[in-house]
Amino acid sequence: MTNEHDLIVVGAGPAGLSAAVTAADSGMRVAMIDAASQPGGQFWRHPDENHLAAFAHDESTGHHHWGRFRDLRKRFRRAVEAGAITYLPGRQVWRAERDGEERVVAHTTVVTGRETRAAAERSVAARRMIIATGAYDRQLPVPGWTLPGAMAAGGVQALLKANQVAAGRRAVVAGTGPFLMSVAAGLADAGVEVVAVCDINSLARWAATPWRAVQEPGKLTEGAAYARTFLTKRIPFRMRTAVTEIRGASRVEQVVLQKVDANGSPVAGSERVVDADLVALGWGFTPQLELAVGLGLETRTDVDGSLVVVVDDAHRTSDPAVYAAGETTGIGGAVQSCAEGELAALTIAEELGSAGDARRTARLRRRVARGRRFAIGMHLASPVPPGWTDWLRPSTIVCRCEEVTAGEITHAVRDLGADDPRDVRVTARPGMGWCQGRVCGYPLSKLVEAETGCARSAADLEALTKRPIGVPVRLSDIADLA
Amino acid sequence: MSDPVIRFDGRAIPFREGQTVGAALMADGTSSWRTTRRGGEPRGLFCGIGVCFDCLVTVDGQRDQRACIVAACDGQDVRSGNPDEPLPLPEEDA
Repeated sequence: MTNEHDLIVVGAGPAGLSAAVTAADSGMRVAMIDAASQPGGQFWRHPDENHLAAFAHDESTGHHHWGRFRDLRKRFRRAVEAGAITYLPGRQVWRAERDGEERVVAHTTVVTGRETRAAAERSVAARRMIIATGAYDRQLPVPGWTLPGAMAAGGVQALLKANQVAAGRRAVVAGTGPFLMSVAAGLADAGVEVVAVCDINSLARWAATPWRAVQEPGKLTEGAAYARTFLTKRIPFRMRTAVTEIRGASRVEQVVLQKVDANGSPVAGSERVVDADLVALGWGFTPQLELAVGLGLETRTDVDGSLVVVVDDAHRTSDPAVYAAGETTGIGGAVQSCAEGELAALTIAEELGSAGDARRTARLRRRVARGRRFAIGMHLASPVPPGWTDWLRPSTIVCRCEEVTAGEITHAVRDLGADDPRDVRVTARPGMGWCQGRVCGYPLSKLVEAETGCARSAADLEALTKRPIGVPVRLSDIADLA
Repeated sequence: MSDPVIRFDGRAIPFREGQTVGAALMADGTSSWRTTRRGGEPRGLFCGIGVCFDCLVTVDGQRDQRACIVAACDGQDVRSGNPDEPLPLPEEDA
């Protein structure tokens, strides 16, 4: 066990990077554990820094707030070189736990390939931990979504940003929320023909909460830039429209777009079939909460229906030694995440005896509160309406790993007496496969809610998120702890 | 210098240093590389960021690697196939 740290930061995205450099600047000894091989997280995922010359475009291509990342990266590298930050890239925390009153311990495993560290070197202990594990695309099943060529919108963007590879030639981008525009613009800039961008909601929903929209003037500028790209590249933006079927023999060939009513249900007769080889799907984001739930931290259901960690205004969780920052405390975007990470690190520095900076802390708290107001507006403008279940067929796969269909799930509820998502999981096996319900957990809980008429609670979602082992590990990883 | 290649089920696929195995396959026009155990359906990249495990491949004998996050290397042996196949008898891990 390596035990010379004050703080463990899990995740090197906007929140974690900001936290780590702030903590290092405050004199803390930091361990940064990150699944990727270089910092940036999903938001600033970029080409391999060791091979930049192999890529046609600059590493900043398709990025927002790149200057901020460059600054954070420079400070991060400097702190790593100075020994203030121990950087553990390419590793995932598969379990975090408290070790008595004084310490938090993170057990790590290698992300790809063979384990390179001796058993004793795989666990890290520190006095505090900041969970900054970020989020991934939230998905809703649709007939045909398992065909190759149907991808998560974030995955399509990752392929563009980190690999400079377009996942197709003719794309439909669909789901809800402003992220769809970012993905569509990225594809168009890469030369992909974007046949349609479909948002199940209307942009007019933003007008319902105008004061929330203006909390973040930067976001308005970003929106205006997308609008410009859409106009010049002639990308059709279809509101109150959903992808209700994806067709193809062994890959995506056709996509059915359909208008929806106020409930989000597809309107019969409004189908329009377009040819495409790529469908990018995104329904908001799901915070990555395995570690938080595993540690027994208090959680709640956020405005967007996602399970998030409960934090106070300094980003302390219900465990005094554990903080959470970024998307794990509510989806709010990169700039918001940076402020949260910085605030958490400053608060910990004060707790561990550094001189505080009351003005800086107050400024960050105001920044975080403002960002939160905007985020709530975004969630209210981009909900998942209940009618989506109407485009499911009994044969539609809900759990991609175990290939459990919508019909099997409704059968478990109607005929086998399974009345909450956890019951359905143990009865019909959705969420029992490789991804452990990360992809199907949200639609499964919504589907069971629709079937039973019982609203989902944070406890239901927690049960779907709770895994004693956060990521697949080798048996030897567990055996070596003994 | 010749461009680097990975071997995908024996076939040479070019890539740029720094790309993932999944990106190399996609850039080559290969969109699926495993079949599911129940439906026998083709799968490739879905989440693209290491969350969904849909894109599993065997890389240099290491099973169940996520193609979306494994870096491609020159001469790498990448095999498609069924990740649910029974495990061979355990070899001694170094």
